[in-house]
Amino acid sequence: MTWVWEHLGDIGGYAVSHALLAGIPLLVGLALALPLGWLARRFPRVAPVIVGGSGLLYTIPSLALFILMPLLLGSRILDSINVYVAMTIYTVALLVRSVVDALGSVPEATALAATSMGYRRVGRALAVELPLAVPVLASGLRVAAVSNVSIVSVASLIGYPQLGYYLTDGYQRSFPLEIGVGIVGCVLLALVFDLAIRGAEWALTPWARAAASSSAAGSRYSAIARRWRNTSTRQSEGVGAR
Amino acid sequence: MITQIWQWLTAPEQWSGSRGIPTRLLEHLGFSALSLLLAAAIAIPVGLWVGHTGRGRSVVTIANAARAVPSLGLLFAVAMFVGPRITSNLAFVIPSVVVLVLLAIPPLLSGADAGVRSVDPAVRDAAYGMGMTGREVLWRVELPCALPLLLSGVRAATLQVIATATIAAAVSLGGLGRYLIDGLAVSDYAQMAGGAILVAALALALDGLLALAQRLLVSPGLATRPSQRRHGKFPRARGVAGGRGRVLAPAALTTHGRDLT
Repeated sequence: MTWVWEHLGDIGGYAVSHALLAGIPLLVGLALALPLGWLARRFPRVAPVIVGGSGLLYTIPSLALFILMPLLLGSRILDSINVYVAMTIYTVALLVRSVVDALGSVPEATALAATSMGYRRVGRALAVELPLAVPVLASGLRVAAVSNVSIVSVASLIGYPQLGYYLTDGYQRSFPLEIGVGIVGCVLLALVFDLAIRGAEWALTPWARAAASSSAAGSRYSAIARRWRNTSTRQSEGVGAR
Repeated sequence: MITQIWQWLTAPEQWSGSRGIPTRLLEHLGFSALSLLLAAAIAIPVGLWVGHTGRGRSVVTIANAARAVPSLGLLFAVAMFVGPRITSNLAFVIPSVVVLVLLAIPPLLSGADAGVRSVDPAVRDAAYGMGMTGREVLWRVELPCALPLLLSGVRAATLQVIATATIAAAVSLGGLGRYLIDGLAVSDYAQMAGGAILVAALALALDGLLALAQRLLVSPGLATRPSQRRHGKFPRARGVAGGRGRVLAPAALTTHGRDLT
């Protein structure tokens, strides 16, 4: 264990770069997936192309994608931009489907009510549908976050420094403790991401709590909230994670 | 750079011998198929049982939580602990296969469980009402109705295994991953990229094949996608009247097509 204390500074540094390599693509991917998912809902004809096409990207094994990135970007093999772009591709691949499901979870009556109150299409999407889509979206985001943290560690095979370094280095030196540090670090980081997304979801969905607490008057709302919870459970148990 | 990769891919020495692409491809497919079969033999019966009885759901929860363990870490840890204990030539193969099986279990397990759980309770009740026993309900109603999610689990597990079998070249497993890892060791980008293209093509081809199998195996009554149903292109009666009749009973029992995707 003294090894861990001696290297605590390094471990922290690697954890931060791991968090950046997994987290920044998560945000960029979300920003890209939102309009794509909205387009897929808006134009059902192109939906199979958008959803299916982005899903195909997720099938490419991570090590292969990292290696092919310089070919597509013209970057050098050790540029960290390769990992950022590859992780963004994976995030978009996972999230487009979630965005489509999330927007689909908004009750039609709510959307129609917003229209009759005078919301235009884009305004309605941003002010009404997006906030109501947060629970399903958050569960998709949690799947993507766990997947990202795990995939980023593969990049250590090519030599990008992050927590995965302890896995490859520990194996090369036959040092089990170091591999343990790498694994525990990755799992803890995935847990931090999971909690952060849960926290953000909690902060962004005051209406879900209001529906859950007002039991007598809110039976209708709690029915809706239950439906949401069911959809989001199905999402989080979805079989897409790699 | 593209021409170098093309030259590597088309060079005759790449297409013969024990280090040639055909051999590596067969190795990759062999390890993957073996691991998937072992994992399916464990995970699918357990998942169906959990979904059918509703007991032991914590098994699925634990398996899903275990996905947070990075596959690379699992690979190195198992290779380090198991590898030295095996003296035969299989020392490189067994640890990798163990890891591939472990990684394929969670998607298969939750696919089977979620599939059975997604079956419309009214359909299940109808089957019991018709006098079917629990076993018959599971085999003749729940299993066919669970196929869409079950097969999605198989697809996810296959991709996971193909991807991790590639990484397993780092612990001396054969297969297409060798080109990526060996190319990296000698800084031969053409070999790395050529191997990466082959791996990506293999993954895409397998996923396409499995998507096709999914389309053929799943009852047409269940296969209507939500977007199609909303627009009324496929009337609900199709599963009953126009279906291929592969799994007639559940299709006929599905009075309202549920979105299982």
